[in-house]
Amino acid sequence: MIHIDRRLIRNFDWITLLVVLFLTIVGIMTIYSATRPAVGMGEQPDFYYKQLVWLGLSVIMLFAMTSFDYIWLYRLSYPMYAIGIMLLLIVLFMGKSTMGAQRWLNMGFFSFQPSEFFRILFIVAFSSYLSNLGSDSRGSIPARGLIVFCVVPLILLVKQPDLGTAILLLALFSTLFISQGISKKIIVVVAIIGLIALPFVGHIVWDGMKDYQKNRLIAFMDPEVDPSGIGYHISQSKITIGSGQFFGKGYLNGTQGPLRFLPEKHTDFIFAVFAEEWGFAGCLVLIGTYFILFLRGLDTAAKAKDQVGRLMAIGITAMFFIYFVVNIGMTLGIMPVVGIPLPFVSYGGTALLSNYIAAGILISIRTRRFELFY
Amino acid sequence: MVSKKKIQLGLLVVTGVLMVILLRLVQLQIIDGTMYRQQSENNRLRILSSPAPRGIIYDRNGVALVKNVPFYSVYIMHDPARRVDTAALSSLIGEDRQDIETRLNRKDNSPFVPIRLKQGLSFQEVARIEARRSDFPGLFIQTDVGRSYPFGKTGAHVIGYLGKMTPVQAGSPAFSDLPPETLVGQWGVEALYDKQLRGVAGGRVIEVDALGREHRLVRQEPSVRGKDVVLSIDIRMQQAVEEAFGDKAGALVALKVDTGEVLALESLPSFDPNQFTDGISSADWQKLVEDKRKPMMNRALQSQYPPGSTFKIVTAIAGLEEGVITPDTTVNCTGGISYGKWTFGCWKHEGHGNVDLHKAIRESCDVYFYEVGKRLGIDRIYKYAIALGLGKPTGLNLLKERAGLIPSTEWKRVKRGQDWYLGETFNSSIGQGYVAVTPIQLALMTATVANGGSVLEPTLIKDPKEVRTKSKIDIKSETLRLVKNGLSAVVNEEGGTAKVAESSIVKIGGKTGTAQVVGKTRGLLGERYMDHAWFVALAPVDKPEVALSVFVEHGGHGGSAAAPLAKKAIEAYFADRAALNKETKTGAALPGTKSPGKERAE
Repeated sequence: MIHIDRRLIRNFDWITLLVVLFLTIVGIMTIYSATRPAVGMGEQPDFYYKQLVWLGLSVIMLFAMTSFDYIWLYRLSYPMYAIGIMLLLIVLFMGKSTMGAQRWLNMGFFSFQPSEFFRILFIVAFSSYLSNLGSDSRGSIPARGLIVFCVVPLILLVKQPDLGTAILLLALFSTLFISQGISKKIIVVVAIIGLIALPFVGHIVWDGMKDYQKNRLIAFMDPEVDPSGIGYHISQSKITIGSGQFFGKGYLNGTQGPLRFLPEKHTDFIFAVFAEEWGFAGCLVLIGTYFILFLRGLDTAAKAKDQVGRLMAIGITAMFFIYFVVNIGMTLGIMPVVGIPLPFVSYGGTALLSNYIAAGILISIRTRRFELFY
Repeated sequence: MVSKKKIQLGLLVVTGVLMVILLRLVQLQIIDGTMYRQQSENNRLRILSSPAPRGIIYDRNGVALVKNVPFYSVYIMHDPARRVDTAALSSLIGEDRQDIETRLNRKDNSPFVPIRLKQGLSFQEVARIEARRSDFPGLFIQTDVGRSYPFGKTGAHVIGYLGKMTPVQAGSPAFSDLPPETLVGQWGVEALYDKQLRGVAGGRVIEVDALGREHRLVRQEPSVRGKDVVLSIDIRMQQAVEEAFGDKAGALVALKVDTGEVLALESLPSFDPNQFTDGISSADWQKLVEDKRKPMMNRALQSQYPPGSTFKIVTAIAGLEEGVITPDTTVNCTGGISYGKWTFGCWKHEGHGNVDLHKAIRESCDVYFYEVGKRLGIDRIYKYAIALGLGKPTGLNLLKERAGLIPSTEWKRVKRGQDWYLGETFNSSIGQGYVAVTPIQLALMTATVANGGSVLEPTLIKDPKEVRTKSKIDIKSETLRLVKNGLSAVVNEEGGTAKVAESSIVKIGGKTGTAQVVGKTRGLLGERYMDHAWFVALAPVDKPEVALSVFVEHGGHGGSAAAPLAKKAIEAYFADRAALNKETKTGAALPGTKSPGKERAE
């Protein structure tokens, strides 16, 4: 099961590993800067240190994931997915809530968000399911699959409510489905039904949203609605990013974070802090690094030795990409505020760990691209 | 299978989206970068709310009953980036240092909402803080609207007072748009018309620089001044009443008979509303609540007692209307009548001799009304009492009124499970026994008699848009004439029980009453056991305009204790009105010359 031979080391995807490590280091530096107190206002909080510890754990998990053939993930995918659904159920009934949403599960010594891991279980299981269908399914999907991989998880996530993960899931579902191959007829039918249903669904979604979520949407449509209230996050984020100009204010010289003008500065809005201190030049490097990550992911998909590996690679890459776009789009004021962290950079142990696991799977797929079934 | 084409499509999407992000970055950081840099340097937003001036409450003659006075508070715009010398701040504003630190470090503090450190500053404190303000960046004084009540205790039960929102109020939708610690009406008209008086608070969002100086006005919403309220009460009349009462406890209610406007509503002892605005100390509040004389109780609406002989007005009307007596019916009063083993006495032990209706009202002969009551029976008395506005709340929405009680055979059967006795009819027909009324009910009854039978809903607003008639009772005009003549005789004829109330300014009619206090009959003495005095009056008696009731707790006899107060109140009102008429006459001299021409033109 575990093969650590020279061929594996020779084929190891060092680029992906270096990219995510670089992003995490940048993240920890930025967390340090974002949370640093203003002069004379107490001590440096230990967020950066906690993130460093999580990084250690994450790297171990990454190597663990690359050490065995992902065929085992394929074989165990259904039971693991069942466990994932159960965790979502548990969090719904016993989770502790923050900011009106119930996402956390208290494990005694630490609390974690099952939905962070669920997204990976979902990618693995749905990829396995689609590859089992084979190419002769001719672009359709049995109702059973639709319920198990779309309806059930979506209901559970919306109920929490974890709108961010729900949207991600829907996007991943579509991406993987399209990647598998989908008949043009279905696309047309879905598009028509979607257009007709949009007003109703929109209505239901709007009614189901919590007030803070509605406010975010309203603020996105019109940030000037209330520059000190709802639209505050967005306008402050834009000021923070814009004030970085071309070369930035310099590391540890940003002011928006320490002066508390920027909310969620070390989590959801960390990109703004980075952009303030490193300027456009720094942003080019950061976004370029992400570009390498996405390219590498797509290339891994193209080179994967089997369909399940291909689908998993696409799913994971799409996940990183969607998080990246939604998060950066939000801080730039071109997308609504959805509480989604920037992968590898934002503060948050569970998210970091699950992203490293995902990266580990990606590396594993690439590393074993020449291996044959046995 | 995942085709190469699809991977290329993915590549295209990724590249396209990243280009959009880069373009947006170019826009924010390069094109608008200088502007955002500027904003981040000046980035300190502050929201200041400017409270709306509260509407003024006027009396019917345009006298302001309340004043808006500035109310100073000191706030700090707390910038977490700066350490505040709390020790120096504490000595400057005179608040506990621990307390200041707690306020500054509260978790839910927002960086752009100022924190209040102390309110209700004196002028000296304001001057001292202003002088040293530059030592404490972000410190500033805000002027809020406070309230003072120039007439103090006079009319306090009507005018009411302001106080900080209670936690219950803060949670209710009616107050949801107000900042915490706002002063709102808590009593009387201030509470009743709070929404109208309050107005809409405005606000300013300003940007301040690093030192907390105003840098730019971002947005401003002007406050909308609250609407004024013109009350129906006459404050000079209230003053006259308060003065006339002296140390006595009691109440007076005067109504305008054609509209139901409350001209005066005084409940004594009263309280000083000024002590509430700055936040009453709990010791002072305790003192008010525990005061044995109950200054916080509105006796005009919330105390109920037997009306005594004032109730004979009801018995007389019922007797005449039901035809059981005529004006010429006479009864021989020998000082009391016997019924079974009981004797029902007349207040005049030697008796009134032969008494007709006019004399019976004038001299308040009890025996005459025993006879009328006997002929009517309690249920017919009940019918008229209710129809004249007694036995139920009058509907003045100032606060919860007591209902009073008019007994009937049914009432006794249901509530007491007993039959009604004739002796109880005797007691009831002279307003003793079970009968109980509030001062405002008695004033309303008198107004109903005065206006010919319309039971109006009392109002505190001058010139109400609509006069609300709650019910109507048909009384023959002859009956009304006879009763009014009797009431006039009480005040203006020899032998009348309220001859003291005769006025040279206006012809007053009235009826005295005495509510017996249990204990007196057992021979106990002292003020606690003195009877309560009543007087109801209408004036001018020929064409009534004002109806009122006076109640004096433990005042003794209605004629001596209550009637003089009514006279003073009525005289104050008519003196006020005369003065006002003179003003309008001279003031309207020019338009006045025009009106004949206008008439001719029509």
